[in-house]
Amino acid sequence: MSARWLVKGVAIAGPGGRDEIADILLSDGVVAATGAGLSDAGAQVIDAQGLVALPGLVDLHTHLREPGREDAETVETGTRAAALGGYTAVHAMANTDPVADTAGVVEQVWRLGQAAGHCDVQPVGAVTVGLAGSRLAELGTMADSAARVRVFSDDGKCVADPLLMRRALEYVKAFDGVIAQHAQDPRLTEGAQLNEGEMSGRLGLAGWPAVAEEAIIARDCLLAAHVGSALHVCHVSTAGSAEIIRWAKSKGWPVTAEVTPHHLLLTDELAEGYDPVFKVNPPLRTAADVAELRRALADGTIDCVATDHAPHPVEAKETEWSEAAFGMTGLETALRVVQLAMVDTGLLDWPGVADRMSVRPARIGRLAGHGAPLAVGGPANLTLYDPAASAEAAGPGASKSRNTPFAGMALPGRVVATFLRGTPTVLDGKLV
Amino acid sequence: MKRHLISAADLSRADALLILDTAEELASLADRPIKKLPTLRGRTVVNLFFEDSTRTRISFEAAAKRLSADVINFSAKGSSVAKGESLKDTALTLEAMGSDAVVIRHSASGAAHRLAGWVQGSVVNAGDGTHEHPTQALLDAFTIRRRLRGSSTRGAGLDGIRVTIVGDVLHSRVARSNVLLLSTLGAEVTLAAPPTLLPLAVENWPCAVSYDLDRELPKSDVVMMLRVQQERMNAAYFPSVREYSRRYGLDAARMARLPDHAIVMHPGPMNRGVEIAADVADSVRSTIVEQVANGVTTRMAVLYLLLGGTEFPAVAQ
Repeated sequence: MSARWLVKGVAIAGPGGRDEIADILLSDGVVAATGAGLSDAGAQVIDAQGLVALPGLVDLHTHLREPGREDAETVETGTRAAALGGYTAVHAMANTDPVADTAGVVEQVWRLGQAAGHCDVQPVGAVTVGLAGSRLAELGTMADSAARVRVFSDDGKCVADPLLMRRALEYVKAFDGVIAQHAQDPRLTEGAQLNEGEMSGRLGLAGWPAVAEEAIIARDCLLAAHVGSALHVCHVSTAGSAEIIRWAKSKGWPVTAEVTPHHLLLTDELAEGYDPVFKVNPPLRTAADVAELRRALADGTIDCVATDHAPHPVEAKETEWSEAAFGMTGLETALRVVQLAMVDTGLLDWPGVADRMSVRPARIGRLAGHGAPLAVGGPANLTLYDPAASAEAAGPGASKSRNTPFAGMALPGRVVATFLRGTPTVLDGKLV
Repeated sequence: MKRHLISAADLSRADALLILDTAEELASLADRPIKKLPTLRGRTVVNLFFEDSTRTRISFEAAAKRLSADVINFSAKGSSVAKGESLKDTALTLEAMGSDAVVIRHSASGAAHRLAGWVQGSVVNAGDGTHEHPTQALLDAFTIRRRLRGSSTRGAGLDGIRVTIVGDVLHSRVARSNVLLLSTLGAEVTLAAPPTLLPLAVENWPCAVSYDLDRELPKSDVVMMLRVQQERMNAAYFPSVREYSRRYGLDAARMARLPDHAIVMHPGPMNRGVEIAADVADSVRSTIVEQVANGVTTRMAVLYLLLGGTEFPAVAQ
């Protein structure tokens, strides 16, 4: 049984509501009481004046790299990074080695998460065997396993075959699953290195055109409508993609989408010096895309922020651009980047952040016990955040890898504490 | 002069003219019986070639040797690189051996940029992927100025000279560097190519764009033909080599549409009968052999200026 904690004078970011200043009492893993002037002699007290309380953040898109690439990240180090970033649950992507395409692998990842204990780890299952895009993996067996998989994705690769995509969407209806698509037409992006546009032309890097993402999203929205199945679009990166998703939602189709923190802040102009820390898939786009993605997240067209935390060892990035691995870390900086891109710009308030970073991703991931409002009887998963802190740029964190594009950038804010079912995983900005 | 030469965009008009004028100075010395100058004696230049390019390598080698530098040729084939050594480790190795300048040729765009972050000495980009090849642009500018403006042209730019660059601009480091450098020097550059072989945002480059070579020829002072890679056909950039040649190849009939004073350039190696017909390549308008000779003098000027050699006119007396 966990100790009792009394959080005093915090602004509770309630869903859809104003920030309400109150105390929160955590006991037995649940929110025992909220309101002004609470007292509890046996509870440890946190003076939370000036802090915002969010329901514990949920990431739909994390690469924990274990099994197979423990040199880049492990479940232990990745979930430490998650807790420090304010997360109480992460979805571990399936592109490990071996691929998480069987009940055995997803259960292994799930158990590693339980053992680590820094946050809940919900494995994502592969859609196709070995991510090869030719045969469906045993989706139902993964769903029925101890890992209770509901989100399936070949992330890193696109389920490009339209027939296979249709079947996958249909099949997972039997257990309320969702297919999370990495939208990238493979033929249009052969050898692609950078957003196709002014920068790719100037730098002589093979272009990754927006249409390669948008064409797949359009197709998949039509397929989802046709078979009445849930589609989730991973890491939306272009203005055109947001427009297609807005159109699909206007039809009432069962489509959801995520955007990464880096696509909300960074542009392809950062590739100027050929530093592969800015190499990511989908690539950084233009300022016009960034503006549209922010607007789409603000109006709910894009449901949530997902990090696509993609750790890589130093040698995978200290190389020529075209040789370097795609991806950037993001768990420890996500909330701060969202504050900079969305809150400080007036596009989203804190209840909005709670919705986009906890409530909706938990709902899309079918994750019980997460993303619930901070109300009496609800699970005591919460994040205390200080938006006024102007901590220096992100230094070396808990992630095993250092491929953060935000190094040297002054980001606002600081995660002060994270509670998982009433037990602190982070206090005073440090792992417990 | 800056420490590195990585992009033609690094060069101001004054920088570019200094290099061309220095090259003129060096060219006049080349007529002497003993061509070698002692200005870079004791300095080490490494030719780091990850891509086969014999002509560029020997051009840089000749340039460095005529300035009395010690030259180390490091070919990536059959070396530690073939065994998986990273560019960074190769760079650190060269650094430890005390190189003053590294001339790098690499198949990856941006390789010269990356190398410059890892070594103390100067980096000269001798072609990086589909990005740039700035010394090629310098030797082309030098050739254009000599042919169209004569040899006593120190301080003169290329103002008003109309240059048409023809062919696979998308994959051409020569085209990128030339557009930047020639426009810096005042030339009016037009790219003539099928739409598939032009980059997406080319309209923002400091040049004009045309799909119709025949329309550009009568108003061109210079036509620069780019090499066409046969394998582009397989990626559907054009239907066939024959069709490409018909629409964008420079044959005798097309050459006849050029003004009398116009010259024809090619960075080599040529595909005779594809982008350029043999009788055009061998005609009096062709500067192709001159370009090779001018490559050595221009690269001498670059190495001399980057490494800050002793004053060569004084030494030469």
